[in-house]
Amino acid sequence: MSNVPDNLRYRDSHEWIDPMQNPSPVGITDHAQAELTDVVFVDPPKIGTQVSAGQQVCVIESVKAASDIYAPVSGEIVEVNETLSNDPGLLNRDPYLGGWIFKIKPSNPAEADALMNAEAYRKHIG
Amino acid sequence: MSDSSPLRRTPLHSVHVEMGARMVPFAGWDMPVQYTGIVEEHKAVRQSVGVFDISHMGQFIVSGKGAEAFLNRVLTNNIAELQPGQGQYTLLLNERGGVIDDLIAYRTSEREFFLVVNASRIDADWAHLESQLTKDDDVMMANASDFTAGLAIQGPKAREVAAAVFGNAGSFPEHNTILVTMTDNGPMWLCGTGYTGEEGFEFFMPAETAADWLSKIVDAVKAAGGMPCGLGARDTLRLEMGYPLNGNDLFEDRTPLQAGLGFFVDLEKGDFTGRDALVAQKAAGLPDKLAAFRMTGTAPPPRPHYPVAYDGQIVGEVCSGTQSPSLSNGIGMAYLPLSASAIGTTLEIEIRGRRFPAEVVKKPFYRKA
Repeated sequence: MSNVPDNLRYRDSHEWIDPMQNPSPVGITDHAQAELTDVVFVDPPKIGTQVSAGQQVCVIESVKAASDIYAPVSGEIVEVNETLSNDPGLLNRDPYLGGWIFKIKPSNPAEADALMNAEAYRKHIG
Repeated sequence: MSDSSPLRRTPLHSVHVEMGARMVPFAGWDMPVQYTGIVEEHKAVRQSVGVFDISHMGQFIVSGKGAEAFLNRVLTNNIAELQPGQGQYTLLLNERGGVIDDLIAYRTSEREFFLVVNASRIDADWAHLESQLTKDDDVMMANASDFTAGLAIQGPKAREVAAAVFGNAGSFPEHNTILVTMTDNGPMWLCGTGYTGEEGFEFFMPAETAADWLSKIVDAVKAAGGMPCGLGARDTLRLEMGYPLNGNDLFEDRTPLQAGLGFFVDLEKGDFTGRDALVAQKAAGLPDKLAAFRMTGTAPPPRPHYPVAYDGQIVGEVCSGTQSPSLSNGIGMAYLPLSASAIGTTLEIEIRGRRFPAEVVKKPFYRKA
């Protein structure tokens, strides 16, 4: 059973965001990392990019395939997790803490409320 | 095969699902791509042992007084060199010298041969062989693919697994040899081959006995510290050795000379389908050849169809490409003009609009320490 922390919000494409922090860290869920297995490369977004909710912002590569990562909310990318460039496997080992991918400064905080909460996401992956 | 046709299932399908495999379409079959993870399974084969379902592969039996002469007329390697019990890697070509399939041919007795062909090419191979056969050939062909299952046991501990499963180490087939046994259910073939670069064997058996064999072999593999492996690991293992995959690296419009497989082509043995085209190509010079490359900096893994640039110009595209689990480095192969294919040549691989540096290297990518 995969781990779904209660304090996060989730997109149906398996990204999480922590809306209680500003800027908000974004990553992929434990379920997603288990499906991908063996992340070998993270192609991060550019700092300073303005993105809208649902926009494709970066790519994660496993041995088998490249997967698009989408912005859970609109805003500006203000930081990327440099550790992942040397240790992409961190995303498998610690998807919710060390394995965050980028931080976004939300332009419309209401968007996070529209995302799934933990209970809804658990049903989604059920 | 059209995309709408239903996926075929090997006799081991339900066992894979029970073992938690993730199933994906491959060559028209619903096959396990992985059980626990490609990297973990890959490393198990390099370090201990793994077992793969290869039931999707095809098996033809060609027999009769004229079998040797017929096969020598359609295959590139010299099959007359095989003693009973021996096998060789060989190719089936069209008239233009293009690769229809690459396969292993064994001589199982003086007048009988056992061919193991690629799953995606069973129908094309069979049709081609039939088209080349004449009434005077005195040859019988049987397609055993539908009622034959196969398992590959690969890794430094494959011999230990064979001993545990077959009772004595003596039944382990040496490299490129075959042992045939009759059972109540039909013949079993033990072949000293593989697609991983490790010691091991491929075991073909009557389909209805496959599930029993797999469970015995999985127990022995686990006891030896290994695990069942999917096609994902099979692909990364074979690419680390620089082995081509039909459809990725071998095509009907590329010759074995371009693919770097000249060693398996005997131009001196007499005429065979495609020979004239190969002789002409050799005289004219190769237009391109399959080169191996590795990424030289931090880069996403190279994948099939990514453009390859040399000296600023796009000169080809990636055929096979992946992240090598053993080397933790992107590796791949591409048909490149001779000017761009010398060892050490700097290339660039275009990935999502950006170019990443790579260099041409010698095969295999991976060598045992």
